[in-house]
Amino acid sequence: MTKISMLQNEIQKETETSLLGFWIYMMTDCIVFASLFAVFIVLRNNTAGGKAGSDLFSLSFILTETIILLTSSFTSGLALLAAQRSHLKQTVIWLCTTGLLGTSFLILELHEFTKFDHSGNSWRGSAFLSSYFTLVGTHGLHITIGLLWLFATLGYLYKKGLNEVSVRRITMFSIFWHFLDIVWIFIFSVVYLLGVI
Amino acid sequence: MNTSMYQSKAFKAYLCGFFLSLLLTLFAWFIVWRHVSSGHVVYSHLFIRISIVACAVIQMLIQFVFFLHLGREKKPRWNLHVLLAAIGVIIILVLGSIWIMDNLNYNMMNITPSQADSAF
Repeated sequence: MTKISMLQNEIQKETETSLLGFWIYMMTDCIVFASLFAVFIVLRNNTAGGKAGSDLFSLSFILTETIILLTSSFTSGLALLAAQRSHLKQTVIWLCTTGLLGTSFLILELHEFTKFDHSGNSWRGSAFLSSYFTLVGTHGLHITIGLLWLFATLGYLYKKGLNEVSVRRITMFSIFWHFLDIVWIFIFSVVYLLGVI
Repeated sequence: MNTSMYQSKAFKAYLCGFFLSLLLTLFAWFIVWRHVSSGHVVYSHLFIRISIVACAVIQMLIQFVFFLHLGREKKPRWNLHVLLAAIGVIIILVLGSIWIMDNLNYNMMNITPSQADSAF
């Protein structure tokens, strides 16, 4: 075996190991979300005489948020595909699209939070509101971290271009982003849709 | 499999996953929208709950297969093993909490301690 192919083998192995490690981290993150879901489901009717989900949530607003996040999950996959075929320009375009959609999702979520807060339904209002803000807020925090990560990856791409390391980073980012969308499916269904019926 | 074949196959998978997810999202949303806009008359709550949770679980599986390419990795499938273990923990955590806390609620509400005792 030549030196180069040995080196490539090593990089390949390292990539596989770090991807598995990242995947395991993602699983523990899912368990964190699961416990927050359990808390929310248990406390969802304890509104302490305040407003319930059916008074607060807007169906059209929540559908907009969901479609934006789903589309950004799709575009992060397209970014990964472009990176795998070493197409720098398309990678950057799809990553920027993902970042744009993610940012607009975050703005919508923050807008909703401040709207609730201003109408006197802050996280101090009731057990329902506390668990709602914790669950959806934790998701929002993950989205924020994901966006920072995305911009850092774009900076790396700008400086170093596409190589094994940047493809690995984009792979991890897309796994992270897909999982955030999967968690959101359940927030959309359990918190919002079941909250308004 | 060469790169361009993998690329076109993976692209189709993403596209397929995206449309199916969109469809399931819209379907679940539509059921609830019809229920709410009819003044909570159309569809029973049980039907809505089951169909929404079913849509969410199906969409999760679709994204696992089409977005995260689960089931196409090399053996031994550590990814899948860890995922199944996590799903086990999640099911125990969530369903266990719902089960126990609902029972507590049921037994504690409007029931005196002696009534609660006689219920067992």
